[in-house]
Amino acid sequence: MVRTALKSLLGRKVRLLMSTFAIVLGVAFVVGTLVFSDTLSRSFTALMASTVGDVVVRPAGTSGESEPSARTVDSSLVDRLEGVRGAARVDGNVTAFGVFVVGEDDKVVGGQGPPSVGANWNDAPAGHDLEGLAIIGGREPERAGEVVLDSVTAGEGGYTIGEEVHLVTSGKQAVLRPTLVGVAGFPAGGSLNGSTLAAFDTRTAQRLLLDGKDAFTDIWVTAEPGTSQGELASSVRERLPDGVEAVTGDEAADEAASALQEAIGFLTTFLLIFAGISLVVGGFLIVNTFSILVAQRSRELALLRALGASKHQVTRMVMVEAFVLGAIGSTIGLGLGILLAMAIRTLFGRFGLDLSGQSLIIAPRTVLAAYAVGIVVTMAAAWLPAHRTGRIAPIQAMRDDVAMPESSLRRRLVAGVVMMLAGGAALAAGLADAVPHPGWFVGGGILAILLGVASASPVISHPFLAAASWVYTRLFGTVGQLAGENSLRNPRRTTATSSALMIGLSLACTMAIVGASAKASVDQTIEENFVGDYVVSSLFGQPFSPRIARDMGRVEGVEHVWAQRFALTGSGPDSQGIGALDPVAFEQGIDLTMVAGSAGALRDGTVIVEEQYADEEGLSVGDTYDVDLADGPRELEVVGIYAENPILLFPAVTTPQTLIDAGYRDSDNFLIIDTDGSSPVQDELEAVVADQPIVTVKDQQAFAAEQRGPIDQLVLMIFALLGLALLIAVLGIVNTLALSIIERTREVGLLRAIGVSRAQLRRMVTLESVVIAVLGAVLGVVMGIGFGVALMHALRDEGLEVIDVPVGQLAMFLAASLVIGVLAAVLPARRAARLDVLRAISTD
Amino acid sequence: MTTTGDRPVAARVRHLTKTYGSGDAMVRALDDVSLDLVEGEFTAIMGPSGSGKSTLMHCCAALDTATSGEVWIGEHELGGLKDKQLTRLRRDEVGFVFQSFNLVPTLTAEENILLPQSIARRKPDREWYDSVIDTVGIRNRLGHRPNQLSGGQQQRVAVARALAGRPRIVFADEPTGNLDSQSGAEVLDLLRRSAGDHGQTIVMVTHDPVAASYTDRVVFLADGRIVDELRDPDRERVLEVMATMSVAVAD
Repeated sequence: MVRTALKSLLGRKVRLLMSTFAIVLGVAFVVGTLVFSDTLSRSFTALMASTVGDVVVRPAGTSGESEPSARTVDSSLVDRLEGVRGAARVDGNVTAFGVFVVGEDDKVVGGQGPPSVGANWNDAPAGHDLEGLAIIGGREPERAGEVVLDSVTAGEGGYTIGEEVHLVTSGKQAVLRPTLVGVAGFPAGGSLNGSTLAAFDTRTAQRLLLDGKDAFTDIWVTAEPGTSQGELASSVRERLPDGVEAVTGDEAADEAASALQEAIGFLTTFLLIFAGISLVVGGFLIVNTFSILVAQRSRELALLRALGASKHQVTRMVMVEAFVLGAIGSTIGLGLGILLAMAIRTLFGRFGLDLSGQSLIIAPRTVLAAYAVGIVVTMAAAWLPAHRTGRIAPIQAMRDDVAMPESSLRRRLVAGVVMMLAGGAALAAGLADAVPHPGWFVGGGILAILLGVASASPVISHPFLAAASWVYTRLFGTVGQLAGENSLRNPRRTTATSSALMIGLSLACTMAIVGASAKASVDQTIEENFVGDYVVSSLFGQPFSPRIARDMGRVEGVEHVWAQRFALTGSGPDSQGIGALDPVAFEQGIDLTMVAGSAGALRDGTVIVEEQYADEEGLSVGDTYDVDLADGPRELEVVGIYAENPILLFPAVTTPQTLIDAGYRDSDNFLIIDTDGSSPVQDELEAVVADQPIVTVKDQQAFAAEQRGPIDQLVLMIFALLGLALLIAVLGIVNTLALSIIERTREVGLLRAIGVSRAQLRRMVTLESVVIAVLGAVLGVVMGIGFGVALMHALRDEGLEVIDVPVGQLAMFLAASLVIGVLAAVLPARRAARLDVLRAISTD
Repeated sequence: MTTTGDRPVAARVRHLTKTYGSGDAMVRALDDVSLDLVEGEFTAIMGPSGSGKSTLMHCCAALDTATSGEVWIGEHELGGLKDKQLTRLRRDEVGFVFQSFNLVPTLTAEENILLPQSIARRKPDREWYDSVIDTVGIRNRLGHRPNQLSGGQQQRVAVARALAGRPRIVFADEPTGNLDSQSGAEVLDLLRRSAGDHGQTIVMVTHDPVAASYTDRVVFLADGRIVDELRDPDRERVLEVMATMSVAVAD
């Protein structure tokens, strides 16, 4: 039986390869995602391990995940720890983010995502005696005006030793032009994963990054041989003053790595969702392909039954075919997935996350997942058709026309409606946030609705198909009638084929609506609330020097400069932001609608809170707002509650001095410039920041465009991924049409014999294909609108108030489906037209 | 070869040869066959399996091309025609009846009958259509789909389809092969009357002596050659010729 199955597979190579395509893509996505995320996390784990000492001494409450704050440990602690038992050496580190290297081409090197690190140079070995960064060219920095860069950054910036380097920092001194005296790298191989490093001598680093304090952000204690990290940590702890803690390097590395894992986890989930989509879409294709293949062979299968094969054996034979097909698809998908991971790695490299130093990790789990996913999906999809073959009666081997037993339409309708209702309920529950893990409910609900519609669609699509048939008959005469009737002949097959397209398009429509609505909301918010004439912000949301605000205030025509700054409070999952703004801004023109209290009452040590946030936290005027600032917990008095305002980006706003007192660096994040309106001053404002490529000046339009940019990018990326699902759907149409033409060989031959021309035959196939595609598109767009509007409705509370249905774009999807239909028909139509009339008639 | 008298010829075959394969493996399906098919005559082509009778019909009907020789349908020589012209010729000049009916399952009986004309976008001749429907006797079945008809009814619909376009010649390939004797007799009688009453030229391939006895003329084929011919045959004479043929083959 197995041999019979294999032989029959080999006899249908091309057809099967086409249906494997879906499996291949799905598996490739899964593999690509797993390989890439494994590679990424290994690479970061390696990097993290080389950025911690055996024991790290740091201000208590700091964790490896947040960026280095301005909180420090006193430098005298280094001397105090020198004599600790088991300590080989003690080194103080000064580390800060936001020190950008500007290349010779005036573009910032790296900066997106991976941090731009400024530090003091030391050659302390990392934990477990790992060799850390070492000078691989030139020498260490020894005095002010000297800097060492990591080799990748130096290369990308175009700097060689002896040249003057252009640096931009968020500290008091915004622009630095030190001389490059050395280049650092990992002699044993390794990379900073796209981070950039600018290292100074300790005094200079303290002056630039710690405002001159004689202190360190942390201290590394290196263990003597034979002393474990734990032992060393406990002896170090004995000598620590209050407010300082010691952790082992392994702990610190784990903390840092797990924060990154979380960030990567989002990406992994995202890609896996698309893997899931292509597998679901692919599943439809497989069900269809197997149904048709089995139908074509029903006589052969009936013969096997007549020769004594049991139901079970016939079913098993089809399942064996599915298994082999799944295995082949998985193998190809595995290979393709590894290529995909390489492509993603290259793509990330272009965005500044350089992983070229880390070879791809292909874990056994990945290979296992590839085969499990590919084979399970294929066999699950083939199960229905296989089960049906068991119901072929042996007597049918003797008949001329064999009709495959079909599942009852009524049952499918009932199952479909039940699934739609369950999906609708899950979706509603998820959107209403009434259940744990609402995301799963929303996703599962959408999937259930899609599958429900697919199941019920042979029935619910009937009016559409009948109408299409009527229109075809009017427009294209007999050829149109034949095409229309063909699509009605086997509604299960027609609708299963269009279901693949439906799923892809409904998701694309949902995304189009979410994207358009998000953009419209951004536009509306900006339009309604844009105060002033220009905004100044930095490229990566990085802080910049307060000197910029001062200098811009002196530009002629500028009336006010309102500087806002942000700080992270708390740590881990509880971390939040707090904003700060000089209260004088409220007198000068920033108009807050106050619900209670007054914005003018804002003083150091007090806070004003946004209305909804106040509700959630149960805050009212006169209460204290408890917050973990960099130097520890603080109680800020609530002096006002304001209605939501997009200018204030965080729900709690205090004064800049409050943040400075709490140990945050004195730097701004966002400036609003108000002019007297006499003449545009953009050029003058830009002149102020000419030497700082990370800081940009924008008017309202440019600001709106910038806010929309990330949405556009995200939507584009999602479209690109959904494009793959659509490609599978198109291949599904091609496959189904080609197969059903083979199935109808005799009929096609007859049509040719009684005088149907090749052109007419091609037209017939094309019309049939178009009806399938348009059906899928109509269902997809209708459901996409439903999903999109439902999602946006649920997101109203999140500030996305406008629901925008991009009619033009949706119309384009429908029009595109016509094109898809025509294109998908090209090959099957040619095949039909080329059939040899005589052979077609005499076919058995 | 018998003379054709003064009556015009609907189709003509001259020195038709059809070979398959080459060298030692070459098979001669037709070997220098010449034949005139006279208008209004019902002709049967008989012969044992492999005698070339189906090939001869396919070549005559523009479904297959010969290796050498000429086939004329009316004033058209098929060898000189392109696919498009052949398609038109099949549509306008030729009607087909197949052993396995070959109706389009998605269309009703009436739509199947009118299919060739509607594909050609021609208005059917109502009067002729009515007389065909009456001759065939399926008026009360016109709205049914093929799967709602018996085999005999399906074949009568197929005959009506072949006749409806008033083709110059109708080719029938074992039209009773899939039918019981009662339905078969009805279909043969129908063909007989079409030729007699309407002057329809019909060529039928069969190996059933009873079927052959309905015709005006039987042409016997063996090993790709015409070996004998009968006019106004009856079952006994057909069987006689077939018996001598098998003796000849046995020799």
